[in-house]
Amino acid sequence: MFGRLTLDALPHSPITLGAAIGIAVGGIVVVALLTYFKRWKWLWREWLTSLDPKKIGVMYIIVAFLMLLRALSDAAMIRAQQAVFAADPNSPISPDMFQQVFSAHGTIMIFFVAMGVMFGAFNLIVPLQIGARDVAFPLLNSISFWLFVAGMVLINVSLGIGEFSPAGWLAYPPLSELAYSPGTGVDYWIWSLEISGVGSLLSGINFLITIFTMRRVGMALMKMPIFVWSVLTSSMLIAFTFPILTVSLTLLALDRTLGMHFFTADMGGNPMMYVNLIWAWGHPEVYILILPAFGAFSEIVPVFSRKRLFGYTSMVWALASIMLLSYTVWLHHFFTMGSGANVNAFFGITTMIIAIPTGVKVFNWMFTMFRGKVRFATPMLWFMGFVVTFTIGGVTGVLQAVPPIDFQIHNSLFLVAHFHNMIIGGVLFGAFAGFTYWFPKFAGFRLHEGLGKAAFWCWLIGFLLAFGPLYILGLMGAVRRMDHYDPSLGWQGLFIVAGVGVAVILLGVFFQVVQIGYSIWKRKELAVGPDPWDGRTLEWSTPKQIPEYNYATLDAVSTRDAFWAMKHSHHEKAEPKYEAISLPKNSGFGVYIAACAFVFGFAVIWHIWWLAAVSLVALIAASIASTQRQHTHRIIPADEVAETEAKLRGAHV
Amino acid sequence: MNEAVEQKAVLHRTTIGFWLYLMTDCALFASLFATYVVLHGSTAGGPGSRQLFELPTALTETLVLLISSYACGMAVLAMRRKNVRQVLIALAVTAVLGVTFLAIELREFITFSLDGAGWQRSAFLSAFFTLVGTHGLHILTGLIWLTVTVVTLLRVGLTDKVARQLTLFSLFWHFLDLVWIFIFTVVYLMGVAA
Repeated sequence: MFGRLTLDALPHSPITLGAAIGIAVGGIVVVALLTYFKRWKWLWREWLTSLDPKKIGVMYIIVAFLMLLRALSDAAMIRAQQAVFAADPNSPISPDMFQQVFSAHGTIMIFFVAMGVMFGAFNLIVPLQIGARDVAFPLLNSISFWLFVAGMVLINVSLGIGEFSPAGWLAYPPLSELAYSPGTGVDYWIWSLEISGVGSLLSGINFLITIFTMRRVGMALMKMPIFVWSVLTSSMLIAFTFPILTVSLTLLALDRTLGMHFFTADMGGNPMMYVNLIWAWGHPEVYILILPAFGAFSEIVPVFSRKRLFGYTSMVWALASIMLLSYTVWLHHFFTMGSGANVNAFFGITTMIIAIPTGVKVFNWMFTMFRGKVRFATPMLWFMGFVVTFTIGGVTGVLQAVPPIDFQIHNSLFLVAHFHNMIIGGVLFGAFAGFTYWFPKFAGFRLHEGLGKAAFWCWLIGFLLAFGPLYILGLMGAVRRMDHYDPSLGWQGLFIVAGVGVAVILLGVFFQVVQIGYSIWKRKELAVGPDPWDGRTLEWSTPKQIPEYNYATLDAVSTRDAFWAMKHSHHEKAEPKYEAISLPKNSGFGVYIAACAFVFGFAVIWHIWWLAAVSLVALIAASIASTQRQHTHRIIPADEVAETEAKLRGAHV
Repeated sequence: MNEAVEQKAVLHRTTIGFWLYLMTDCALFASLFATYVVLHGSTAGGPGSRQLFELPTALTETLVLLISSYACGMAVLAMRRKNVRQVLIALAVTAVLGVTFLAIELREFITFSLDGAGWQRSAFLSAFFTLVGTHGLHILTGLIWLTVTVVTLLRVGLTDKVARQLTLFSLFWHFLDLVWIFIFTVVYLMGVAA
């Protein structure tokens, strides 16, 4: 009846039990509050079923922020184990749990933090920047978001029911095969990524079509804001690599559930095939995450330097060449596979080449600042922190692109330090910079500067403290993913420094949480106008409170930095003529479809076949029903638009 | 923006969006083909492609699918002429041939499994069942889609929305035909020749 699911699946360790109870209690409190204040209808109508990309974007950011806290606590546990409990056989973190913790940390950080932040930014910024009212496929957008949530919930359910994968964030076989990981952990990993991965793929397609077909009249491709270019290239990567992820996960699932032999150690299986497939997705994935961060910095630097972006065309070409080259480097993740000197040399060289367009971008940002009137506001601090850390990470990356050197430091903490350099210093700093920069556009007030700066310095110093020692340890031969190292090695001091570093980072996160809370509390004092930074791109031309249709009139644009040109043109603006606007109605299908997918994933993980069949049929039925909707749009009449505009823009109209 | 312009824009977007989806499906099949080619020789002492595959069966499948694709093309042509009766006849032929194809494939799968050549036997057979089976699942999805479209067509007539569905379906169906040509070549022809 319940497949593999028995009472034994409940957590045994006090830490997991505590976390599971914490999440459950938190959930009950939220439900109770919603019921008490009778907010369910409001939540359903205004948020959960909304097809407005601005709201979907906000929900992505909230989920990603919660997951950041979850995965950070995983990181803190890894560091605590290595710094404090390494010599303690009675450590509260058992070796088995340690494996699950580092697997969960990596998986959640990449798939539910970095990807979530990125899709949040796509939703919030892209339609506004291209001067559109919506994305190309509004319902599909909602389905993508809810599939992302379904995957997120599934991975967190593993905390309370069953276990999580012990096989690292990419679950290399044969370790991740049934023979060596017989529990449900790897299955949780597979299905949570499979479900959210389909959502990501659909989002990638959606934003490509949005950018291709919905730009404002006059906005040629080479007149698009550079952030839109970064989303375009990133979505291109999503569209052509996420299918590879889907295949790799499916084949592993087939091995585990149907007894196939793709990657098993026997019967002709080929584990290295998996490693090739997963990195053919995985390396482009790195660029999927970093390109939008580059895009955000390319918006921030000109605004805070009061100059137009230096070398726009070369920036676009750099994005495009990074996009293409990122498909050609995957083998550098496993030079040690033994594919021979020529193959390794090829991938080593392509890896070094990819540093060139990246360098072009860094220099362009520098030249944008050169002779500009630079304001050192928080977003700009994040940018400068990024340049320093990202350059260090780039240099250590190019170092590892040399196969003989890679053989020495393969799978060591040196590598761990390198990719954290890229992902914290690049993706995360980019996300924080963008968050501070765009926050006032959507909230109507800015974030407190002092607390933001405190958070930045904690992050930067904490980051250097936490990962500097790992470079040294890696060079000395410390292999990654160990819960303790022999004391005679004399490495303990460096692990303690790294532990202190994480504590400083946590202090930074504390400041960020306080910053958000404090800014909401003091929102009257921190209130700003619709264009607080003297922006250059279209999103800053909307009124302080962005109407749900974004733009009342769709006037043609003629230049890059269209809003800057508008502000500085001397033409008298003609009296706007309003027309009726059609917007998509709410739809609950995103929630329904994702709920079916969640149940299906859960049922397959636990081998509850009848439930899997039922939920699969429900999933198909819901998908078909979602295409049969009638009257999907509602019309806002012209005089209502005029009324809203008059209200939002004050006496202006 | 008036209704007709809006409708046209949506149609345009959906069509390019669907083309893009087909390209992502190409990436999916490409990964499966790569896996199959790598694992082709990994028979683990079990039967290989030469012993298993029978070209007449595969050729029959190919012809059935090609004719089905032709019928699907006829349906679209009839749709352009607004001839609902011909659309329905052509789609019925498409569906019957699609089901026939699936039946032949299923029979082949069952025969292999009963002969001790199931997907658990070797990496080669896992890859074979998965590649060909994924194509088969796509065909099944297409048949469900076709049924839904026909039901809608009978209910509301040949509206713009139904016409759009039909156009997209035909794209999908021809695409699957193309994938099958690759399967026929790489799996069956080269498998028997190897």
